[in-house]
This record gives sequence, structure tokens and C-alpha cells, in this order.
Amino acid sequence: MVNYIIFILVVAGVYALLAQSLTLSWGLAGLVNLGLVGFFAIGAYASAMTTKWGGWPIPLGLLAATVLGLFTGFIVTISTLRLRDDYLAIVTLGFAEVVRLVASNEIWLTGGTDGIAGVPSIVPRAWGQGYHVTMLAIVSVLAIATCALVRHLAASPWGRALRAVREDQVVAAVAGKPVIRLKAQAFSIAAAIAALAGAIYGHYTSYVAPEIYQPLITIYVFLAVTAGGVGRPAGAFLGAYLLIGFLELTRFMAEIVPGVSPVQAAATREILVGLALILLLRLKPNGIMPERNQKAPPSTA
Amino acid sequence: MFSSIIQALLNGLVSGTILAVPAIGFTAIFAVLRYPNFAIGSLATIGAYAGWFANLRLGWPLEASFGLAFLGAGIATLAAEWLAVRPLEKSGALMMAICSLAVGIVLENMVRFAFGNEPRGFNVPLMRDIRFGDLRISPQQVENFAVALLLMALLWAALNLTRMGRAMRATADNADLARLKGVQPGTVAAITVMVGGGLAGIGGMLVALDTAADPLTGFRLILSVFAAAVLGGLGSIPGAVLGALIIGMVEELTVLLLAPNYRTAIGFAVILIVLTVRPSGLFGERAG
Repeated sequence: MVNYIIFILVVAGVYALLAQSLTLSWGLAGLVNLGLVGFFAIGAYASAMTTKWGGWPIPLGLLAATVLGLFTGFIVTISTLRLRDDYLAIVTLGFAEVVRLVASNEIWLTGGTDGIAGVPSIVPRAWGQGYHVTMLAIVSVLAIATCALVRHLAASPWGRALRAVREDQVVAAVAGKPVIRLKAQAFSIAAAIAALAGAIYGHYTSYVAPEIYQPLITIYVFLAVTAGGVGRPAGAFLGAYLLIGFLELTRFMAEIVPGVSPVQAAATREILVGLALILLLRLKPNGIMPERNQKAPPSTA
Repeated sequence: MFSSIIQALLNGLVSGTILAVPAIGFTAIFAVLRYPNFAIGSLATIGAYAGWFANLRLGWPLEASFGLAFLGAGIATLAAEWLAVRPLEKSGALMMAICSLAVGIVLENMVRFAFGNEPRGFNVPLMRDIRFGDLRISPQQVENFAVALLLMALLWAALNLTRMGRAMRATADNADLARLKGVQPGTVAAITVMVGGGLAGIGGMLVALDTAADPLTGFRLILSVFAAAVLGGLGSIPGAVLGALIIGMVEELTVLLLAPNYRTAIGFAVILIVLTVRPSGLFGERAG
């Protein structure tokens, strides 16, 4: 039971990282990344391949994942940032599918649908419960640090410019803000955070395979961010833990209903997740911790 | 080699014509309601299952089953629009798009809950391929092709010859002006959603006739549908048809060169190229 609780807390920490990624791109810059899971997968593969097959030390693998996430994020945005935002939504949705397709089919590169088993762990698995506790500490610290970083970015002049772009990019452009560059930076950094989350998760579970990176993961993160508060890093952080609590709750709920097959139970959980997102968007679109307007600095005149 | 290229083009013509049906549905909803409906894949799945249910469980002939595919998907789209998406109108197109994605998840899993994950085949007789020299085509493909063409002809007539069709085109062109001219925006939106979703449903059934219906039938279509709509210009119905034909043929041609598994990635590549080179697509409005 204790191990189970530690495990879901680690998973929640990974989702807290993903939620920071979405807060930066969607919450602050208004860029909908429907392919979040694609960046999550890219990070997982980059770190798993370099550390298991390339023999790189794990910190280098994590760095490789982050850099590759940054780079792919930039590539994905190149063709769309000048366009209306719904185009970015379509492109990112397709991107995640293509990542899964490549991961499944390029067996020489990724191991195909078998995936990569035995991804090296960050601390020795032989520690038993100590392993999980140490990983919980690492993931939690990383999630809190990222949350602090995104908060810092949001409060900086760069973050203010980003929110101006989100509210009205024409006005922001007229005010001399480099709209395209700001969007590309925000989206790429967000992609890098998602990739880092993927790398950590891959090392923790020691297994990376295309079937893990389902589009549903992206929906989970949207649910977490919407619940916690769009545009509020601390809200997104809280939202990730609420999400995991909700997911575990639906697991129990689906199990106690009698006469339901495993497939039906899984379907019920996904229906509940979809309904929760629809209801949240409708009833509490600002989440538990709504975004706060920054106060203007005292006038010097 | 030459004959395999011609064969690929022939297959592409058939699959592109079938693809045009859900692509028209997607682009029509975008034209009138101004948001990309990401539930389109699940709606196609619902159509495939509604058609299968009519054909196998109720014993209807295929022609009548298409009717249930249209109605089932159309009503599901309308219900989702009214219950889930429409209330978010004030929050903007992106929120509506995200909501439609959640709707898609709910619908797909309702199908999975009711019918499970097993593929469900239609009751179609096995027939020998028709051959012309080296070329071959199955009678089922010919029939699906004919159904898709007939639907497009009907849609063209409805859009161009009826009052409601003109009202729909006017709303797509300029919603404010259309309202000034006495067009009822609510009615136009409801009919567009119903017809758009219904077309997605028939598209799903056409695809399932070729293979089988399963909960991911529609999901496997969506990249090609988006690609067709973006290539033609989001919101343009003739564009979606032409886009679908091109995507169908390019997909079949690339199967000759790449592994068939990469078929769906072609759609993504086309989307990227079109958005970089000519974002408004072949017939679209400005995309900026």
C-alpha cells in the first residue's frame, strides 16, 4: 500500500511537470499544444536510447532529452506561428501521432512496438522501497523547481509580453513586442519541459514503448491545468495531484460497478475523464486558483 | 512499374473520394461555426457502428444502413454541440476545439463500452475483383465510390438550389451580413452540424465497409481528414473535395515507396508543407 502511494505520487510529480509545460504554452502564451504527449515521448526515447544503447551517463541523457524537446518544439512551430491558433492545434495533434508512428515502425532506431525495456534507473533499483522514495524526492524537487521557474518567467517582463501576445497579438505587435519570437520561445521551452518529464518517467518505469504515449495523456494534462488554474503555475501544480487523485478514484469506481468487463471499466474511466474536462471548461474555466493580474508598479510621476 | 502507378492512382481516386465525405463534414462545420471539430474521428466511428448495427443486427440492406449512419452521427454531433461545445462560444474557438476533443474521447469510449474492442465486419458478399488488363478494382470499392459521388452531388444540389443551402453559404461567407439579411443563425448552425456530423458518419461507414468497424476506425482517419481540409483551405467545400482527392492519391503513391504504415504520416507532411508554402490552401480564405 505504501509503495502504491509512493508510486502514484511519483506519477503525479511527472504530471506536475507536464502541467507546467502546458501552463507555459497554453496558459501564458495561448498556444494550444494538443501534441504534448509527442514531446513527452521524444524525451523518453532520447534519454532511454542515449543511456541504454549509447552508454551515456543519465544526467547527459536528461540533457539530451531536454535539448531535443526544445529543438522539436521549435521545428513544430516554424510553419504555424504566423497563422491562426487553430492551425497550431491541428499540427500538434498530428505531430504526436507521427511520433508514435515513427516509434512503432523504425525498429532499427527505437526498437519498434516492443519498445525499450531495461532503461537504466537514476538510483539503483536494488534499494527497494528506498528507490521509490528517492525517486519521489527527485521528481518532487524537480516539479517544484520547474513550477518556480515558470512562475519566475511569468512574472518577468518576458512573461508579461507573452500574456500581452495571448490577449491580443495585434496590440502586442503594435507595442513593439516580437510576437512570433515570443511564441516560438514559449512553445519551445514548454516542449523541453515535457520532454524532460518523459525522460524522467522512462527512467523511473524502466520501459519506453509507443503504446504508452496515447493521446489521452494530453487530455489528462489539459484536465489538470484547467482544474488547477490556466495561466497559474501553482494552480497547474496542484491540478496535477488532483488529476492523479481523480484518476485513481475513477479506477476504484469502475471496479466496484458489478457486471462490467475490464474493457467497459477502462472505457468508463475515459468517459469520466472527458466529461470532467467538458464540465470544468463550462463551470469553472478559471480553475481552483485563477490567474492573478499583476499589479502595476507604483507610478513614479 | 507503370501499371502499378496507374493502379495506385486508381486506388487513390477511390479512397480520396471516400475521404472527401468526412472532410466536407469537417470543413463545413468549420466554415459556419468557426472552430475545428476534433470529435470528427469519433463521429465517423459512431457512423460506422450505426451502419453496422443497422446492417447486422437489424438486417437492413446497406443502402438503408447508410441512412442510420448519417442519422446516428448527425444526432450525436448535434447533441454534443448543444450540450458541450456551444455554451463555450464566448470563450473562443480554441476552447471549443479543446472541448470537442474531450467530446471525442467520451463518444469513442461510449462506443467501446457498448460494443467492445473487437472489429465488426459488415455483411457484404465476397466478390471477384473487376479487371481491366493489369488494373483491378473490387465491386465494393466501385459501390463505395458511387455512394460518395452521389452524396456529393446531393450536397451540391442542396447548397446551390435550396434556400437553406444559400443561407448556409451566406453564413459561412459573412455571418453578420447573413444575419442582417434575415438568415436565422441558430437554424443554419444546427443544420450544418447535423449534416457535417452525418457526413463524417457516412465516411466512417464507407471506410468500415472496406475493412471493419472498431472503436478507432475514425481516429485513424483524422490526419487525412485534416490534411484534406487544410490543403483545400479550411472552410472551403470544393477545396476539401479536391484536397481529399490529392491526399488519397498521394497516400497510395507513397505506399509504393515507403512502408504502408506511413500512410497516415503523409497527411501530416502535407499539412506542414501547405501551411509553410500557402497557408490559405487551394481555395481558402486568409489564414493569418
